Amino acid sequence: MTTHDSYASATDTTEGRVYSVTGGDWDSLVTEIGQTKEERVVVNMGPQHPSTHGVLRLVLELEGETITEARAGIGYLHTGIEKNTEYRTWTQGVTFVTRMDYLAPIFNETAYCLGVEKLLGITSDIPERASEIRVLMMELNRISSHMVALGTGALELGALSPMIFAFREREKVLDVFEMVSGLRMNMAYVRPGGVAQDLPKGAITKIRETVKELRHNFKDNEKLLVGNTIWMMRTQGIGYLDLAGCITLGITGPVLRSTGMPWDLRKTDPYCGYENYEFDIVTTDTCDVYGRFLIRMQELEQSLRIIEQACDKLDKSEGQPVMVADKKIAWPSQLSVGSDGIGNSLDHIREIMGTSMESLIHHFKLVTEGFRVPVGQVYAAVESPRGETGVHLVSDGGTRPYRVHFREPSFNNLQATSAMAEGGMIADVIGAVASIDPVMGGVDR
Amino acid sequence: MSETIGAFGTSGSGDTSGFGGLVRSAASVGSSERPYGSYFDEVTDELERAYPEFSDAIEKVVVDRGELTLHVKREKLFDTAMKLRDTQSLRFEVCLGVNGVHYPEDKSRELHAVYPLLSMTHNRRIRLEVSVPDADPHLPSLVEVWAGNNWHERETWDMFGIIFDGHPGLTRILMPDDWPGHPQRKDYPLGGIPIEYKGATFPAPSERRSYQ
Repeated sequence: MTTHDSYASATDTTEGRVYSVTGGDWDSLVTEIGQTKEERVVVNMGPQHPSTHGVLRLVLELEGETITEARAGIGYLHTGIEKNTEYRTWTQGVTFVTRMDYLAPIFNETAYCLGVEKLLGITSDIPERASEIRVLMMELNRISSHMVALGTGALELGALSPMIFAFREREKVLDVFEMVSGLRMNMAYVRPGGVAQDLPKGAITKIRETVKELRHNFKDNEKLLVGNTIWMMRTQGIGYLDLAGCITLGITGPVLRSTGMPWDLRKTDPYCGYENYEFDIVTTDTCDVYGRFLIRMQELEQSLRIIEQACDKLDKSEGQPVMVADKKIAWPSQLSVGSDGIGNSLDHIREIMGTSMESLIHHFKLVTEGFRVPVGQVYAAVESPRGETGVHLVSDGGTRPYRVHFREPSFNNLQATSAMAEGGMIADVIGAVASIDPVMGGVDR
Repeated sequence: MSETIGAFGTSGSGDTSGFGGLVRSAASVGSSERPYGSYFDEVTDELERAYPEFSDAIEKVVVDRGELTLHVKREKLFDTAMKLRDTQSLRFEVCLGVNGVHYPEDKSRELHAVYPLLSMTHNRRIRLEVSVPDADPHLPSLVEVWAGNNWHERETWDMFGIIFDGHPGLTRILMPDDWPGHPQRKDYPLGGIPIEYKGATFPAPSERRSYQ
């Protein structure tokens, strides 16, 4: 069933005949293709395809069902976030970068803020409680991100039930985010100098309960997938990429750890006080989709361990500051939840509007102007669920960034698609891409 | 390096500060003297030993905020990269991409490319920085050294217009193929329209005051 294609008519291309399929009558298409002498077929998969993890376009060259060449086309979700941050203050930048890799917002924010703090030279002045909250939020975020990776990965290979369970668990984590920051995604919660506000009352209790529930519920997905014959047949030996391949392609995260390389920035180059937490780096040595799936499964438990330790630490540091003491950098107001959502706390409004003119001036100057950041450039990195999220920041001494660049693990790792898919079957490219777990918001920025 | 005029950084919005005629230029971070501290002395020593043309290839060494930056001449970039990757005592086997920075005021060095390197063997990080003039924006491609630089170099070409000679397929990656211009350059406008809210009009982000 071929229809008219406005971009290339059937005889126009130099490569061969163009077939446009709009669904439906597959038999006639197969008959039509079968009549041509050409063995080679180029298939455009995406950018609108339910199995490509968002707006990813794969150009697959096939011989029969075997892929001879696979190329990934990206850029369909390019939003110019990096350019936009150059026209906002350093603090406003958080609101932009949180939207890059939208499944791991806290990691983007933390990487960015660690960079800004390094530029300011205040890394050692960040209050411990702020770092503890950052660790807590990051590990919760790792769980919610891995849940999407596991759920959609299974969904794309045809296993529907794991997705239902995974999204149920993710929802619990997002509830915690909502309680702490007021938002479920894109929270802009981590700020240069600390975090936007302290944990609300009862948050630790709720998080402890959530941890208990999650630990119990994770078993559902484990029962469904680990050791499941069909799942193993679809994932074992698929999307093979060994250590040498990972290193030369700059691959980090679960894909690298599936080659047996225990590389995790939380251990090798600790930030936010990760050296004070007990957890293990999970590795497998199978270099395949199943190995990466197992790593994500087991990292959930490691994240729960870190969250529990963070809760203990937060119990002890109750009442301590969550923002750097320097009033020239610290955000002037503390937020609170009001009847119309989250906003400036009433105490703060009362102070600046009714009591202290100086407070008002200070608030106004810091919020509209922002703070100045000394000239220089830094690179800061965190271990996000997908690998090394690095931030390269350049300052010209002003109140706005001169250049913000994110080294997105999704962007980098997606390059491995060709290496993983070529020579394999077309059905396996889905599993390979899912095991990279690209988030197109991060890829295209 | 960059030059600013007045206190607000924009023209036409009425500089009422009294500093409208003020011209300031921001200083750049100067080169550092030995000892560099940390493992930086060792890295530079080892590179000097492995690469006889070191003094010719490296324009300046900057240690700032606990990070080492080697400013490399573009003719020597490929050789330097190979030495950094293959020398036993250096082993920078991972390159974390390329990032462009545009400094329009830095005459004949307008476009910079920055390469963060990582040695997993020694758990060390350094940074290479290369500059090219806007009139001749050519750099050697490092895809042969680190295959993962492929997309990063395409992105830097797309966003800054730096041409990486020897790249296997230097095409646009984020913008459409027929897009004119390179969006991350400083002379490329952000765009945007004024926003009207409750009767008041706010200028587009690029027209707002930037406090210097």
